[in-house]
Amino acid sequence: MTRVLAVLEQRDGKLRKVSFEVVTAARRLTDAVDAIVSDTSDREGCATAIAERAKAGGYRAVVFAATATGKDLAPRVAAKLGVGVAADLTDVAADSSGFLVTRPVYAGKALLKVKVTSQPAVLSLRPNVFTPDERAASVTPETLPVTSSGRVRVREIKAAPAGTLDVAEAQVIISGGRGLKEPANFKVLEELAHAFGGQAAVGASRAVVDAGWRAHADQVGQTGKTVSPSLYIAVGISGAIQHLAGMRTAKVIVAINKDKDAPIFKVADYGVVGDLFEIVPRLTEEIRKLHG
Amino acid sequence: MKIAVCIKRVPDSETRVKIAADGKSLDEAGVKFVMNPYDEFAVEEALRRKEKAGSGEVTVICLGPAAAQETIRTALAMGADRGVLLQADKIPADPFEAARLIAAELKGASWDLILFGRMAIDDYNHQVGPLVAELLGMPCVTAISHLDIEGGTGVAEREIEGGIEVVEFPLPAVLTADKGLNEPRYPALKGIMAAKKKPLEVKPVQPGAGVLEVVALMPPPERKEGKIVGEGAGAVRELVRLLREEAKVL
Repeated sequence: MTRVLAVLEQRDGKLRKVSFEVVTAARRLTDAVDAIVSDTSDREGCATAIAERAKAGGYRAVVFAATATGKDLAPRVAAKLGVGVAADLTDVAADSSGFLVTRPVYAGKALLKVKVTSQPAVLSLRPNVFTPDERAASVTPETLPVTSSGRVRVREIKAAPAGTLDVAEAQVIISGGRGLKEPANFKVLEELAHAFGGQAAVGASRAVVDAGWRAHADQVGQTGKTVSPSLYIAVGISGAIQHLAGMRTAKVIVAINKDKDAPIFKVADYGVVGDLFEIVPRLTEEIRKLHG
Repeated sequence: MKIAVCIKRVPDSETRVKIAADGKSLDEAGVKFVMNPYDEFAVEEALRRKEKAGSGEVTVICLGPAAAQETIRTALAMGADRGVLLQADKIPADPFEAARLIAAELKGASWDLILFGRMAIDDYNHQVGPLVAELLGMPCVTAISHLDIEGGTGVAEREIEGGIEVVEFPLPAVLTADKGLNEPRYPALKGIMAAKKKPLEVKPVQPGAGVLEVVALMPPPERKEGKIVGEGAGAVRELVRLLREEAKVL
């Protein structure tokens, strides 16, 4: 029987949404999924515990989420198992000789189909891609104790201000570019994000991050984050190739730009041409009505 | 401070990806190659640490084809002292094989710091740094955007979803750099001239096949043609209707 070990993530004692995605994807590979959570604040101790569990259980695969923590943890575990990670996957399937997986490369400008032949295979899954099924909601992971003590320790987590969502996790992203003209004008995008009632984050193009208007954490594109929200609204962003690569897997793209020939309109499902300072506040009003 | 920085030669982020005739790799014709942008933060950090310490040596190591000598020269022009090219025509799809070759080169010397970029913008693996750390048995912190070093202890900040993690670790260590760590310098003309005379050693290596076998490189699914809803604020009501009724995302 093919057994798979799913490594889940929790914060403040609660499983994160991505954990249900991991369980759902792992069950595509086999019905025999063992789910674990562990204290990740001691990264080395945690990696040792997971690697030992993976060896002892004779698993065909160990599955992580490709989150900030998963990206850090998976390679440590993989190295202890003597393999590399098939990382940031957007599709997984089992066949007789291993796993057939798909991963975006060049920031999503191409997809690489890879056969993973190692035993165990170490896989990490891109967040927001695998839709959790109902069965996943009832998963009760086993808590894996960390028994050895490592050298690298998380001393503190500084939480972002309450109500701010990470662009990598938001269902709605409103991104701004140079068309905003100055940093203070991002207020109009923040107001629109607020109208979505806690589901939206404000992103930024490379140009405005490099200019120091917005934080690096908010940058969408090949040298920032690749995102897959349900709705991506690009405001005053012309649409450089590296930016398009980072957001083209959004379900629906809206572009608002004064230049009707801007490349962003080529990937947008819906475009509105004109002055963003007139269009965005009106959109905020309409969204407020819906959520009001 | 004896510091190693591991860099990679990658297609520039403005590259339009064309698939080669083998159906498994990038068609490199006309592609401009640059130093991986995240590696620039690693090189810059190494130079600043050396400058702050007042002495030391920064060695740049690159696994790649012969043309990657140019990438190493860029790092030397920024101020690194010497370069090593681990020359292989093809970089294996399995990052563990790349990590093995780099770890073999690093082994034996005593480094205070080994720096990487947090990921390469071509294969998006974000793991060669931590794999090398494990192979060398060194502590590792990935994707750092801030670094303080006091004596033998380092404190780094790394971004996580919805916050910042503050991580403490002992030196020597392997660190991977994220954007925000510093502002990389541009090579000055003097640096570019000096770089030509700095030592660059070329060592042929034979990557193993690994356990990740490339089946195909494919273009992403095309997005269907969109439409311009209208001009100005007057188009907003129709936009919202389409988002609700047609796209069903509101």
